[in-house]
Amino acid sequence: MEQKPSKAAATDDPALVAAFEARIAAGESIEPKDWMPDRYRRQLTRMMSQHAHSEIVGMLPEGNWITRAPSLRRKMCLIAKVQDEAGHGLYIYCGTETLGTDRQTLVEQLLDGTAKYSSIFNYPTLTWADIGCIGWLVDGAAIVNQTVLAKASYGPYARAMIRICKEENFHKRQGYEIVATLATGTPAQKAMVQDALNRWWWPSLMMFGPSDKDSPNSAELLKWRVKRKTNDELRQRFVNLTVPQAQAVGLTFPDPDLKYDEASEDWKFGAIDWDEFFEVIKGNGPCNQDRIAARRKAHDEGQWVREASAAYAEKNAARSTEAA
Amino acid sequence: MTAPSVAGKREEIIANPLFEYLLRLGDDRLVLGHRMSEWCGHGPILEEDIAMANIALDLVGQGSALLKLAGETEGAGRDEDALAYFRSEPEFRNAQMLELPKGDFAFTMVRQFLFDAFSVLQWDALATCTFAPLAGIAAKALKEDRYHLRHSSDWMLRMGDGTEESHARAQKALNHLWRFTGELFESDAVDAAVHAQGIVVDLAAIQSRWQQTVFDVVGRATLAVPPAGATSSGGRRGRHTESLGHMLAEMQIVARSHPGAKW
Ligand SMILES: [Fe+2]
Ligand SMILES: [Fe+2]
Repeated sequence: MEQKPSKAAATDDPALVAAFEARIAAGESIEPKDWMPDRYRRQLTRMMSQHAHSEIVGMLPEGNWITRAPSLRRKMCLIAKVQDEAGHGLYIYCGTETLGTDRQTLVEQLLDGTAKYSSIFNYPTLTWADIGCIGWLVDGAAIVNQTVLAKASYGPYARAMIRICKEENFHKRQGYEIVATLATGTPAQKAMVQDALNRWWWPSLMMFGPSDKDSPNSAELLKWRVKRKTNDELRQRFVNLTVPQAQAVGLTFPDPDLKYDEASEDWKFGAIDWDEFFEVIKGNGPCNQDRIAARRKAHDEGQWVREASAAYAEKNAARSTEAA
Repeated sequence: MTAPSVAGKREEIIANPLFEYLLRLGDDRLVLGHRMSEWCGHGPILEEDIAMANIALDLVGQGSALLKLAGETEGAGRDEDALAYFRSEPEFRNAQMLELPKGDFAFTMVRQFLFDAFSVLQWDALATCTFAPLAGIAAKALKEDRYHLRHSSDWMLRMGDGTEESHARAQKALNHLWRFTGELFESDAVDAAVHAQGIVVDLAAIQSRWQQTVFDVVGRATLAVPPAGATSSGGRRGRHTESLGHMLAEMQIVARSHPGAKW
């Protein structure tokens, strides 16, 4: 990590760490110019850039259906949604830059495969109903995560989450509307949406990350208010919110163990296949290679465009200096 | 017994010119918007991804409003989706230029520029027409397309006066597209008929103003206006290039696979 004049020595001074932790404990928000422990900076850079990458890669599975959306209204909603996700990516990249890593570096990490993004986007979108399920489940899960992140200790991230969450809510409503329309439509539509739910349900639950006992960073992240709730707590909240929504439109879940528990008032669900999760994280999901290849192709084919833009700006600057 | 006659009509009589006119306006926007939406997630820069999605959204929105109005004008119970998803290639009325595959970024942006420069003039004229529902659509679309024109003009300058490669790509796109531009200014019996209904668009005047804009921007971009040569047209009568069929096959597949379904 590079040195910055505003920052104390790389080996964090215990007195500074204590003061920092006191601020966190007092509920204060940490701003870019404030002193922060090196590990805090690195953890946030990792989380925020992963989040930004997820927004960008997430454009691909949904973009896959823009040209086939079955009505003009749905087509427009989907274009607008994918555009929103691009905006989220841009916004969070800018937020990450306040921690000292520029966007170009972050994008290179995504393209060379060293950066991670949400594993959910390594699954294929196979029918129109997938677009409904992504909005409903994936944006829905993102909202559960982000509502809590909106209270995270790092100011730029928390503020980004507040703004982004409003749009994710809109995406979720639209997604659920598609699901509900299909679920009450023709037999073929109903089968299509049930199949989509069957495929997207478990990967959606995996979006919250490994169980807390297998999540090594959790304790520190919670102490520093980078996270506010454990992965398992958030996952349970998501399940509790989602099950009644499926019931309302007569859909079922691919989980024979799913049942309501009176005592805890939770919907208890079956065991998650974590082997699958770790395989996808490792790069062996159905679409990992396609997603990165698509991003690389866009980046490579855009090279001349970015160069033209830079060259023109340079010529223009030279011209205005001459004129002055 | 006499042999059946093989002589047919030279031209179709157009039963409902206003419907026909609105289809032309609507199909231009829908088809170009669809082509632009193909970039979604694959743009050269994140900021440009956002801008291109925005343009696609505006154009599909305009197309949708125009096809809705066309359906109402026809009075046969077809809405904008019936017109977008359940017509075949020969029933589409867009200019051919707009259906060509998106190509590289230079092709997309040069086409967008050539069309934007035309579209703002067309909307400007239509915004004052006496057919109020169309004037309303035109006034809103004019604002959107002015922004699109500024955006595509900026890219003409950046590409033309950027690097050697960008210059060459932009010039190549311009040369390729040039033969298709004439179709935008063609007028026929439909234009004459709607003229009588208060829709007055002087295409000759628009053409000369379009040339002023295009020649000016192309010149400032250090590009060359291609020489006049062969022209290609026919879209207004449903004669298209081979690419439209493929585009529609993709666009219509889900809707046509489930006739009568709601989405
Ligand atoms: Fe998002
Ligand atoms: Fe979203």
